[in-house]
Amino acid sequence: MSTTRTLPAPPAAPAGRGRGQSGRDNRDGLVMVLPTVVIVVAVVVVPVLWNVVLAFQDLTLLEVRDAGLFDALSLDNFADVLTGAGFWQSLWNTVVYSVFSTAGSVLVGLLAALSLRRPFPGRGVVRALMLLPYVAPVVAVAFTWETMLNPQYGIVNAWGASVLGWDQPVDFLGRAPYAMATVIAFEVWRYFPFAFLFLTARLLTVPREMEEAATVDGASLLQRFRHVVLPQLLPVVALLCVLRLIMTFNKFDDVYLLTGGGAGTEVAAVRVYDTLTGRFDVGAAAAQALVLSAILAVALFLYVRFFVKKGDPS
Amino acid sequence: MHGTREERVFGALRWVVIVVLVLVTAFPFYYMLLLSFVPIEQLLLAPSKVWFGLRTLTVETYSTVLASPDDGGQGFAVFLRNSALVAVATVALTILIAIPGAYAVARLPFVGRDHVGTLFLAVYLFPTVVLAVPLFIAFARLGLQSSLAGLMLVYVVQTVPVSIHMLRTYFQTIPESVEEAAAIDGAGRFAVLRRVVLPLAMPSILSTALYVFMIAWNEFLFALLFLSAQPDRWTVSLGLAQLSNGIEVPKTVLMAGSVILTVPIVLLYGIAERALTEGLTSGAEKG
Repeated sequence: MSTTRTLPAPPAAPAGRGRGQSGRDNRDGLVMVLPTVVIVVAVVVVPVLWNVVLAFQDLTLLEVRDAGLFDALSLDNFADVLTGAGFWQSLWNTVVYSVFSTAGSVLVGLLAALSLRRPFPGRGVVRALMLLPYVAPVVAVAFTWETMLNPQYGIVNAWGASVLGWDQPVDFLGRAPYAMATVIAFEVWRYFPFAFLFLTARLLTVPREMEEAATVDGASLLQRFRHVVLPQLLPVVALLCVLRLIMTFNKFDDVYLLTGGGAGTEVAAVRVYDTLTGRFDVGAAAAQALVLSAILAVALFLYVRFFVKKGDPS
Repeated sequence: MHGTREERVFGALRWVVIVVLVLVTAFPFYYMLLLSFVPIEQLLLAPSKVWFGLRTLTVETYSTVLASPDDGGQGFAVFLRNSALVAVATVALTILIAIPGAYAVARLPFVGRDHVGTLFLAVYLFPTVVLAVPLFIAFARLGLQSSLAGLMLVYVVQTVPVSIHMLRTYFQTIPESVEEAAAIDGAGRFAVLRRVVLPLAMPSILSTALYVFMIAWNEFLFALLFLSAQPDRWTVSLGLAQLSNGIEVPKTVLMAGSVILTVPIVLLYGIAERALTEGLTSGAEKG
């Protein structure tokens, strides 16, 4: 979530506190964050570093138990990963999947936030309803979608045949162009509430007077949106896009549950999983994961370098 | 009101958007609930129905999905117990670790405080699959593979940073003078935290706990990686995913499983929706 933003500077110590106080603050502070730091280092930082080492070793799951930490370092995994055709295809799938899912969910979230901006009877209920896809367990909703889209007994195909006159059932999750569109639609459905939530919170703080003044000056609805409301929302939209892009780029569950990575939907995370559990090729899995995070890190660096710099403290 | 044509058009469009969104978000949940009461033959007979007569509905799907495999069921009662155990333990441990952490980050100028945020960023920046490979091996070496304790450990790490973020924002709104008054009365740092700050922050702690519970209850990837080989330790999410891959179990029985998986989350969310959404978006106003 917004943990990505840097922490504000420490509040200035109130006047009158001596050196002893700040020394104690320092010690207490360290003691209090210690458990967090220890567990994050043990379960995240160390594994990530170990993953780097594994990426340079040519090991299968059975060999890895007995191998030393630094034996036989080589670049073979990277050579294999980068020259393998499947990897680039999966990377491309990941890019398509994350860009369209992010754009779609932010756009629908914006539409929802704007539509629900003015109060009406029942707005509270509608709002709560709108957050359901985001809070519900992914396995349950993925299974429901799968059932609804099934070519034999799915309700979507049944209605498609009887109302829209489809002469053949559409295999939404098993045929090439449909499957990617379906997993993107699923992602938009699950995550537009996230954008909706943040945009609604931001909309509350847009000053009414500004819009009223614009109305008095004869600005039309669209003009008011473009020149008054939208500029206020843009920082949140940008933040949402970055967050959603990172999250979707790494996403595993949704695609794995819906298609298993078949029918042209093999995204990178699913490929890493298959390499690890299907082929037991630890080295190749680690190398792919490493390439993935490197790409993400470069993209983030570029974003921060070119977009965040201009006087925006966050 | 001088409704211009533009305003009337958008006024109508707004309602179209609302109705479509409500249908699209609510229908899958309605359909999940409906099918969970339908015998599979009825679904296969008439897949286009959005309502089945009361007399065709059954609760047998639920008794089948909950019963243990020895009694011809799918064992969801055991999965429920596993999920509850992992989720509750994750919440307890995460909150226990996050409260002092968040307090320190909000209040105490300690050395390295500005770097804690970077460390947390690492948790979410690296693809979970990057962690999956080494953790899979490490847990195998430590004998923690296929254990609920190992799973819980991973969940705690995934949730501590976001919990600290949510709690920190709240701690910062508690006036320091309240704490100073207690400190003058001779209470030490930890006593102040326990007796003054915690009671004031209780609403925020509850909403954080709820969010953590939701993440732990819904999680799938690590459960799949660690527990696949041990059906008696499956969580509800894992059990549902594994069984839905096969063709043996009737889909409507699994729909009952989906409802069982979803209901606790929806109930908790219904109780604390307002608190949760506020906790999550706090700080977003600053953009």
